[in-house]
Amino acid sequence: MEFKDYYTLMGLARDASQGEIKRAYRQLARKYHPDVSKDPDAESRFKELGEAYAVLKDLEKRAAYDALGSGWKAGQDFRPPPGGNGSFEFSGGGEGDDGNADFSDFFASLYGRRSGHSQTAGGAYHARGQDHHAQVSIDLEDAYRGATRAISLQTPEVDEHGRVHLRRHTLKVVIPRGVRAGQHIRLAGQGMPGMGKGPPGDLYLEVAFHLHPHYRVEQRDVYFDLPIAPWEAALGATLAIPTPDGQVDLKIPAGAVAGRKLRLKGRGIPGATPGDFYVVLQIALPPADSESARDFYAGMAAQFPSFDPRPSAGH
Amino acid sequence: MDKTRLLPQLSVTILEEQTGLTLLEVCQACAVRAEAIVELVDEGVVAPLGREPHCWRFTGLHVRRATVALRLQRDLGLNLAGAALALELLDEVEVLRQRLHALGDS
Repeated sequence: MEFKDYYTLMGLARDASQGEIKRAYRQLARKYHPDVSKDPDAESRFKELGEAYAVLKDLEKRAAYDALGSGWKAGQDFRPPPGGNGSFEFSGGGEGDDGNADFSDFFASLYGRRSGHSQTAGGAYHARGQDHHAQVSIDLEDAYRGATRAISLQTPEVDEHGRVHLRRHTLKVVIPRGVRAGQHIRLAGQGMPGMGKGPPGDLYLEVAFHLHPHYRVEQRDVYFDLPIAPWEAALGATLAIPTPDGQVDLKIPAGAVAGRKLRLKGRGIPGATPGDFYVVLQIALPPADSESARDFYAGMAAQFPSFDPRPSAGH
Repeated sequence: MDKTRLLPQLSVTILEEQTGLTLLEVCQACAVRAEAIVELVDEGVVAPLGREPHCWRFTGLHVRRATVALRLQRDLGLNLAGAALALELLDEVEVLRQRLHALGDS
């Protein structure tokens, strides 16, 4: 497994004081918090940061980590020191220490994996399982029609020795019609198992759309760039438009200009308040790549002597 | 050929489109005690319909907002007012981003 350089991760020297560690964590946590940052890597950075801080803020864990020596480089193949599983024993707990099931194999090889709650003697402890969060990417067309997706997830599971293993399992999920990017699909009872007689948590799937070659999506509205010929723009035309819902005939008014948005009401993402479908006009010019084509453009210039394409430019 | 065909289809809800959620349901969704949600309402982070806690009705968007507020408090060591301020600023950034995006489009 890969060695993790917790000091470099946090931008700290190996002799950093506990105060410096806390300050670095707070600063980086604000920067990479997934609810705050738009960085696509924010979530994994924040997770790494949490792992690094869990080790360095705890004097026992930090001492054990430091004892590995300073010869290791991040990413280097790491074999845990001999001495059985879980390697080090810790008093554990501490504020904000709710579970480390998400931490790396490197962390687990040093400190073991524990689930969030310790077993109380007598085993009369019940608690609802934690919610599990994952992402699902779908096609825009799936949001128009609804779809069924098989989703593969890794869930930590506690075995009879109290160690946590990741188990891969597959769920079949209905993607409801009208779902939008950024929304969360909730599957009741499909999260982490509960403790004792506690019920399991829920599974939340955050929806994202695959990038579409033709359509752009904003909230519930869908945009489509439509190139048209100059004569279609000048004289008007009726064109067949491919929407995710099928073809629709659209009337282009005479005298249309580039950038004009034509709205197909209610043809966006469906729902109680359906979105709209916008056709954004672009004017494509035929190339002047032959004598006759160049003559034609020259003739056009002669035909419109007073045409000013830049009336507001003031020249 | 496809094993997943044999799996049961799970029924789902879209969190953001849920309405009429009670205080208890919000507590379960956020995995916190009622006091934590009452504090969020008192601070104005979420504004449910209804006067008294036992008549409060929340939407899925309230749940989202409450979850983020609770996470910010826990992960960044913020107090409630700080988390509320951060949420408002995040909303504002989002509106500005969308406007910037719309300007870039035209």
